[in-house]
Amino acid sequence: MEGSMKHAQIVIVGAGPAGLSAGIEAAKAGASCVILDENAKPGGQLFKQIHKFFGSWEHKAGVRGYTIGSRLLRETEELGVETLLDAPVYGLFPDEKGIIVSYMKNGREEAVLGKKLILATGSTENALAFPGGTLPGVMGAGCAQTMVNVHRVLPGKRAVMVGSGNVGLIVAYQLMQAGTDVAVIVEAAPLVGGYGVHASKIRRAGTPILVGHTITAVQGKTTVEAVSIAELDADFQPRAGTEKTFEADTVCVAVGLSPLTELAWMAGCDFTYIPSLGGHVPIHNENMETTVAGLYAAGDITGSEEASTAMEEGRLAGIAAAESLGLINKDEAKKMKVAVWASMNALRTGPFGQKRTEAKAQLLESARRPQ
Amino acid sequence: MRVPFHPILDDDEEPDCTIYHNGEAIPAKTGEPIAAALLAAGVKVFRETAKRRRPRGIYCGIGRCTDCVMVVDGEPNVRTCVTPARAGMRIETQKGLGEWKAP
Repeated sequence: MEGSMKHAQIVIVGAGPAGLSAGIEAAKAGASCVILDENAKPGGQLFKQIHKFFGSWEHKAGVRGYTIGSRLLRETEELGVETLLDAPVYGLFPDEKGIIVSYMKNGREEAVLGKKLILATGSTENALAFPGGTLPGVMGAGCAQTMVNVHRVLPGKRAVMVGSGNVGLIVAYQLMQAGTDVAVIVEAAPLVGGYGVHASKIRRAGTPILVGHTITAVQGKTTVEAVSIAELDADFQPRAGTEKTFEADTVCVAVGLSPLTELAWMAGCDFTYIPSLGGHVPIHNENMETTVAGLYAAGDITGSEEASTAMEEGRLAGIAAAESLGLINKDEAKKMKVAVWASMNALRTGPFGQKRTEAKAQLLESARRPQ
Repeated sequence: MRVPFHPILDDDEEPDCTIYHNGEAIPAKTGEPIAAALLAAGVKVFRETAKRRRPRGIYCGIGRCTDCVMVVDGEPNVRTCVTPARAGMRIETQKGLGEWKAP
């Protein structure tokens, strides 16, 4: 195996915003990097994000997601980062020289030996159970977003959106932009979850956002034909007599994301449970290093957030991994990391960032406790 | 239905090939996921479950949930949301676990 095995100083799993940013920082420091991704195209979920990003100028505010994706790809190319696509990673094997990362390529088993490993595997959409929830036409909001913005196909003529976080609001608006009517957005919580600017756009377009409501059932023979919703009482139970039915052929489910942590579990990382970050997340320190030495985690795997923070976490992991290989001296690395942290903390301010700041502080705190 | 014109994105390319869904010709763009071509043609039922024969369609769109698997060129359990369309592909509704067929 040794003979045919690839070698790299830093192996990165995931070519989304976190993984690409990690690769860029590591390669800038002179590290040889290999990025592996199971998808046919790099960029993760950036290319379906056709809205402008928030934050300040340094956070690429005002730039649309797909433009950020193209920039990251161009930079990795210019820096000579090798990106292997259609390459799902299925195994991690500790080795005296580092860690062997096994993956499939063209139906064959391949492996790359990395001195350091960065997991930037992202997250996956949560599902929601309700009668009729398996009928064709019910899908994740992210799935509908990919179909509309990347493949330019409408999922249906009229949709109901479940969930009013930023994913629910943005996808609802993007469905309308492309030509799918959105009948209503329902939100179980008493307040809209996402940014006011998105919610206002939707209301101006004439689509109601009903807080304190949930989907109760979907009707249809072989596909979605109608959707029932109801008001919720204080115990989140449907209130009798408040049921309303909408004609619709599509239901988009936007009820949060869960970190894709399989490889971190496999590697033996210690975990902590933080509901506001999406559940179980690998414990990591300020360098994004997990409890397994030489193994870093960045982006949604450490708690579902946004592409902007994922890029910063990726940069941190890339810098720290390069530093641990002696490619960046300690003082220089410290300066760089302080700058990234400052930028990241700025992204986590305000009423929407507060919860994430607290959750992330809790995650870092668990790294300091003896395991 | 396709979205050739979009308020933000550039005009989209036209379909450039034909694939066959249960024998019926439908237009596709080479390289787009099979599922996208099917949705564009109004096909939403991709398979039937093994036990109760219930219909299933695309759900996650990223190759994880496997609700969109179909028989593609005789091979069952192909995830149509992450498998690129190619000219002449034969796509069939999968019944239960599907059966291997001569390609």
